[in-house]
Amino acid sequence: MRRILLFLPLTLFVAIVLVFAFRLWAPGDTIVRSRMVGKPMPDFALKPIVPNHPGLAAGDLHAGQPRLVNVFASWCIPCRVEAPQLETVKARGIPIDAIAIRDKSADVTAFLKSNGDPFERIGDDPRSQVQFALGSSGVPETFVVDGAGIIRHQHIGEIRPEDVDGIIRAFEAAR
Amino acid sequence: MRQLVFALALLIAAPAAAQPTTPPAPFAYRQLDDPKQEAEAKALMETLRCLVCQGQSIADSDADMAGDMRSMVRERIKAGEPPEAIRRWLIDRYGSWVSYKPTVEPVTWPLWAAPVVLMALGFWLARGRFRRRAR
Repeated sequence: MRRILLFLPLTLFVAIVLVFAFRLWAPGDTIVRSRMVGKPMPDFALKPIVPNHPGLAAGDLHAGQPRLVNVFASWCIPCRVEAPQLETVKARGIPIDAIAIRDKSADVTAFLKSNGDPFERIGDDPRSQVQFALGSSGVPETFVVDGAGIIRHQHIGEIRPEDVDGIIRAFEAAR
Repeated sequence: MRQLVFALALLIAAPAAAQPTTPPAPFAYRQLDDPKQEAEAKALMETLRCLVCQGQSIADSDADMAGDMRSMVRERIKAGEPPEAIRRWLIDRYGSWVSYKPTVEPVTWPLWAAPVVLMALGFWLARGRFRRRAR
């Protein structure tokens, strides 16, 4: 018994070193997922940011058919990377609305001109307030909202070519 | 010659802008007028995690998103919302991870039990040593 007790501190020390070494070798996941998935879209009404697109309100995402909501910004470089993938998704007949975070009208117009414009409605979120209400922690993020206005899926980061099938599947599942 | 070309190239190089250019939210860098409310807001902001610079509180972070969150906290406190309700609102959206204040839930029970267990262990060890002395 005494001998076991004598070895206890060393054993604990080794265990702690192993835990630390493991976490250095495999750092934890720092992606913050929204807890709003499975919950109704929070209530909001965003003004239009560009003249040729209407603004976006929670009621627009209650349309009986699922829709995608892309949280983006013209100053966000990964948002440019995902633009062709959004075009692909749109070409498959999936409607996409957008929320522009902290953006300017002229910048959004220029962004849509050079990267393509797959959006129907674009809401202006000048101070990230709707982004917080959605539990979104950055740009770009894409939400799948079903016809009853329930958030069904969240994609964090840019949609890469290999993610397109997953997005389409999530959309079909929300029907 | 080559060095000159590089130097000239540096002059025209523009950093890729990956930051919003819009002005900060009204209360991102401005304190509330009522010192009591500002103290409440500050105490809450120090225990909310910045989602961009994840090791920092929103009170310490210069990220634009942290500024927007500070402004939201101050505006809600100004409107009379209790700080814990604001914390709850954020936890409902981002999980308990967004708050530095540990919550009481099964995964944190060991954390809350640790002081009691360590105290008990300490008493037990001390008792053994005092007994031996007394003999």
